[in-house]
Amino acid sequence: MTKLTNRSYTYYFLLPAGIIYFVFFLLPTIMSFFFSMTWWTLTDWKFIGLENFITFLTEPSLNIGFKNTLIYAIVTCSLKVILGLLLGVFLSQKLKTIGFVRSMVFFPTLLSTIAVGMAFAMMMHPTQGLINTALKIVGITGPDWLGDTTIALLSVALVDVWKGVGMATVIFIAGIMSIPEDYYEALAIDGGNSFHKFWNIIVPLSRPAMNSVIILAFIGGLRSFDLVWAMTKGGPGFSTDLIASIIYKQYQGGFYGLSTAGNVILFIVVSALAFPLYAFLNKKEVDL
Amino acid sequence: MKAKNKIFAVLSSAALFAGILAGCSSNDSASGDKEEDSGQVTLTILVDNQSNLDGMKAVTDAIEEKYDIKTEYELRPGGGEGDNLVKTRLATGDMTDLMAYNSGSLFQALNPEQNFLDISDEPFVETIMDDAKEALSSNGKVYGIPAASFMAGGWFYNKKIYEELGLSVPKTWDELMSNNEKIKEAGKTAVIGSYKDSWTAQVVVLADNYNVLQQHPTFAEDFTANKAKIADTPGALRSFEKLAELFDAGYLNEDFLATGYEAGLQKLAEGEGAHYPMLSFALPMLQMNYAEELDNIGFFPQPGDSADENGLTVWVPGGVFINKNTEHPEEAKKWMEFFVSQEGNDLYNAKITPQGPPAIKGVELSDDVYGAVKDMLPFFESGKTAPALEFLSPVKGPNLPQIAVEVGSGISKAKAGAELYDKDVEKQAKQLGLEGW
Repeated sequence: MTKLTNRSYTYYFLLPAGIIYFVFFLLPTIMSFFFSMTWWTLTDWKFIGLENFITFLTEPSLNIGFKNTLIYAIVTCSLKVILGLLLGVFLSQKLKTIGFVRSMVFFPTLLSTIAVGMAFAMMMHPTQGLINTALKIVGITGPDWLGDTTIALLSVALVDVWKGVGMATVIFIAGIMSIPEDYYEALAIDGGNSFHKFWNIIVPLSRPAMNSVIILAFIGGLRSFDLVWAMTKGGPGFSTDLIASIIYKQYQGGFYGLSTAGNVILFIVVSALAFPLYAFLNKKEVDL
Repeated sequence: MKAKNKIFAVLSSAALFAGILAGCSSNDSASGDKEEDSGQVTLTILVDNQSNLDGMKAVTDAIEEKYDIKTEYELRPGGGEGDNLVKTRLATGDMTDLMAYNSGSLFQALNPEQNFLDISDEPFVETIMDDAKEALSSNGKVYGIPAASFMAGGWFYNKKIYEELGLSVPKTWDELMSNNEKIKEAGKTAVIGSYKDSWTAQVVVLADNYNVLQQHPTFAEDFTANKAKIADTPGALRSFEKLAELFDAGYLNEDFLATGYEAGLQKLAEGEGAHYPMLSFALPMLQMNYAEELDNIGFFPQPGDSADENGLTVWVPGGVFINKNTEHPEEAKKWMEFFVSQEGNDLYNAKITPQGPPAIKGVELSDDVYGAVKDMLPFFESGKTAPALEFLSPVKGPNLPQIAVEVGSGISKAKAGAELYDKDVEKQAKQLGLEGW
């Protein structure tokens, strides 16, 4: 048992880091919990209890964000996992141009989200856009990708997948590369084919990689903002509004209390979904 | 092979990084660099970086020459970001001597009594047109002068198409719709929709305010006091119905949800579409891009249901206000007096062609004004104008553009849209702590 007096350094050494943590992290967090329960004009505030939260949860232009965000997060996350895994398997083969192909897949991740969003918004124009012009050549009338309220959110989600799948692929490649050769040898001795290799070795043993991808992509989807803002600004109407873009609009409108309440809600939603998911995924992980 | 790929990767990421850096150009303040003479007074003015300052600079150069009052410009962003900056600077006592800012509800939300100098008793205030004066006032006291001419909201139309099809300028909504039908039959776009920029979708609703006030003269006051709702006021609901009718009748261009503001102007100028509901601030851009087509573009107010009540909804120009804590109140007033004089207006208009009639009584316009502006003048001369609702009431919901897109593209019905907007308005009024909500 070490006694307190036996410490080599005093607790005062924690002070600088502690102050920075308190001033720039803890204090704003506590303040935002407080201001989320006020009408706040930045200079003046009035306590109103939970009214902001009630407004946020009951108004249709605000709470449509919960549904959209959930759809967006699930669609982008699952597509990133599936495509990332397939690309990861493909790109961990011994191909001649593997370096080049890997860079190609990773390349979109490096681009600015805003630039990607604007470029795709142009390509998705219903009559003059590249996509529908190309479809027309083969005789298909393409939909109004961003104007049709039933598919606008999915269109944005697909662009998000295009941009984000590179990161997922890299994580999967790392996971697959770390699987020891012994397993493949054992499989070869037992006479397994490529499907067995994929399903019985790669999928279970790249589990840690898959969990990272799921968590990162899911949280990323829940707090996504920039791509939607660049492509549709939440429109047409409110059909592609996510929680984050709604919070931004409340801030723009000068409703600081309400937008802070939105942030608190987003914090709660992300924690409420991400922590159980993380715990669940960790339980299923196996040792190599 | 590997080394080559590495070089490729390094080069491409370097190229990307350079692109990112190029994107971050900064907007320095346009303050002058001349040394301050002894005796010369320098007034600072905060303006937004979206407006063309040539006109104002021509006036302030003359002020410097005449009164030895120098004007130093500080730039701020526009839109919501600019609003926040103005509020923050007022709250921290860091405001410039003069401030250019929106009139009407946005100005009234700045707590004018506390922040700005009351100029009600100055003789030059008398020359400001009443519609403008009201929007530059708070609780009966005048705080600002108009910084530009009026603008109007209504319908631009392509005169060539009108001539071709033998149409006449509509005085009622029914006439407008039957014109639309004929244009549609002729295979052209009757009404240009540019709802990709969602703010353009609200024009039909906002520009209908003259008609609303004809039916409900006290609507603005009742609306502000939470005594009238749009969805329950037939005249006000009508504005949303008009927007919905354009879509229901199929008068909009096919790609109206993917067309933006600039593409909308192009369709109008090139005769692809006959009508474009828009504010008259589009005129300078039309002149810049389609100067040779400008004579073919006319303007009429959004018609109401009766021909006798045909009048124009106007947008009051932004104002210039004096900081209550300025060290040079007398010079600032002198500055204002010159700004609203005929000489000041001439200097201004020589640089920036007015987008509507002047906001100062007795100021003459030169003959080379836009044809569309000439179309507006009769309504001003006969007093058949009313300010848009946002200048009469501090209550304006932030989601009107999105709601207008929903109504204007058939996602929701007019009544449902109006109800949603009423809720949006209620939220804004509560958040701003207005009385009666």
